[in-house]
Amino acid sequence: MSALLEVEGLEIFYGGSQALFGVDLEVGEGQAVALMGRNGMGKTTTIHGICRMLPVRAGRIRFDGRDITGLPSFQAARRGIGLVPEGRRCFPNLTVTENLIAAARPGAWTLERVRDFFPRLGERAGQYAATLSGGEQQMLAIGRALMTNPRLLVLDEATEGLAPVIRSEIWAAIEALKATGQSILLVDKSLNDLLRIADSCVILERGRVVWSGDPGAISADIQTRYLGL
Amino acid sequence: MVERRREWTINALLALGLLAVPLLALLIDEPFLITLATRVAILALAGVGLNLALGLGGMVSFGHAAYFGLGGYVAGVMAHHAFSGTPIAAGLSGSDQMLVIWAVAMVLSGLLALVIGALSLRTSGIFFIMITLAFAQMLFYFALSWPAYGGEDGLPIFVRNSFPGLNTMRGWDLFILSYGVLMVALAIFAMLRAARFGAALMAVRQNPDRAAAVGIPPFGVKLLAFVISGMITGLAGAMMADLTRFVSPAMMAWQMSGELIVIIILGGVGRLFGPVAGAAILVGFEVFFGGITEHWQFFLGLVLLGVVLFARGGVIGLIAGRERHG
Repeated sequence: MSALLEVEGLEIFYGGSQALFGVDLEVGEGQAVALMGRNGMGKTTTIHGICRMLPVRAGRIRFDGRDITGLPSFQAARRGIGLVPEGRRCFPNLTVTENLIAAARPGAWTLERVRDFFPRLGERAGQYAATLSGGEQQMLAIGRALMTNPRLLVLDEATEGLAPVIRSEIWAAIEALKATGQSILLVDKSLNDLLRIADSCVILERGRVVWSGDPGAISADIQTRYLGL
Repeated sequence: MVERRREWTINALLALGLLAVPLLALLIDEPFLITLATRVAILALAGVGLNLALGLGGMVSFGHAAYFGLGGYVAGVMAHHAFSGTPIAAGLSGSDQMLVIWAVAMVLSGLLALVIGALSLRTSGIFFIMITLAFAQMLFYFALSWPAYGGEDGLPIFVRNSFPGLNTMRGWDLFILSYGVLMVALAIFAMLRAARFGAALMAVRQNPDRAAAVGIPPFGVKLLAFVISGMITGLAGAMMADLTRFVSPAMMAWQMSGELIVIIILGGVGRLFGPVAGAAILVGFEVFFGGITEHWQFFLGLVLLGVVLFARGGVIGLIAGRERHG
């Protein structure tokens, strides 16, 4: 059985400068995979490549057994890749409900279920996304991705810049999602939380995979060398 | 919440006002006022069409006169052939039934919008404005130079087309028909805006890349909105031709496209009743200042300037508070 997401030898350029030098990555059905590395090592670039927001120079991205390397981003999203982008990126001048229904695709996640999952979004239904707090916007971004009923949820720095209380709320939500069998690819700075949730880890350095394996196998040496801790 | 309630109050006032004025005119026997109200209703209908593309979708089409004029010519040409009893083309006869004419006008306008949209929606900003203008000008010069239907002189409609159960030659009947169609179009606009399609369209307007990242195809959503928009404006054109009983290339001229944009901006971009308020102001100025000086557009320009500088939400935004368009 092949994995849900298979990335092979991914190379991505920004104009003339190469950002990724052959990244390999796999996410199995129901798995949570953490993509790690210091700032500027290519985590977000990898995610943008997978979500088809950047052109791929070389390599292959297979999702659910099909090659999606050449697809436009909206088709990748429709195949089941639900992105929660870095910095939330909600539609500021749409209401919470409009943000959610704009992305809706048929499936188990409905407006009601998302509101049950994040009760605050239900309370703020008629408010513009721009007027929400950072944590609420993050919930909205996750809710919006869930509305697409993704096979794979991609979380890029979902707890960045949030107060500790809100962070643990978001982590609790991510854990609850994982418990339902949701496949997740996530990038985050909080190592402890990542190691608790992830089934496997991939560490990037300068656009290359330098280490991958079980979260338990990440030694103090690896942490200092690749994660700058 | 207060703002929303206030907007609904204005909407209700506009809807009732547009109905009350001709009703009053009917009582005091002022047929001219009824014609004016009909004109407001039909221009507002054309505006509702443009508001879908420009207001919700952010597509500043400077060529909506093309659909307005096409709708007008459908009414004119079909009525012309029905009147003379000649076929339009082999096996195609004319019609003096509004329902038939409206259907044809909407289908043809929709097809035209599909072609123009498919070609021009690949661009944005100033290029989109210019390319839509260019297409409309092509149609304008085509109508101008095609002698079969009057060319530059236009085409009169000798007998107003008919609608089942109404006597369209009576001003009040034609008004209530136009008013009814306007209300239906407003209801459709409101439903589309509240539906997933409307949310997706507004999301694409705000950020097409973000929208694509959550699975919304920006091009497809915009094109669909553009086609529906063209169809509504085309329908308004067919009705305007029946009101004035005359079609001419002027309906397709760029001034007409500009007038439609002015209606939207005056009333409030993206607002449900924006086109109604805008059309009422435009026709009001045309009549009031037009009676004083032939340079009435000078005053309209002043108001437009004021709206653009100080009240970017248009008249409705001014009263109902901060608009969210951005």
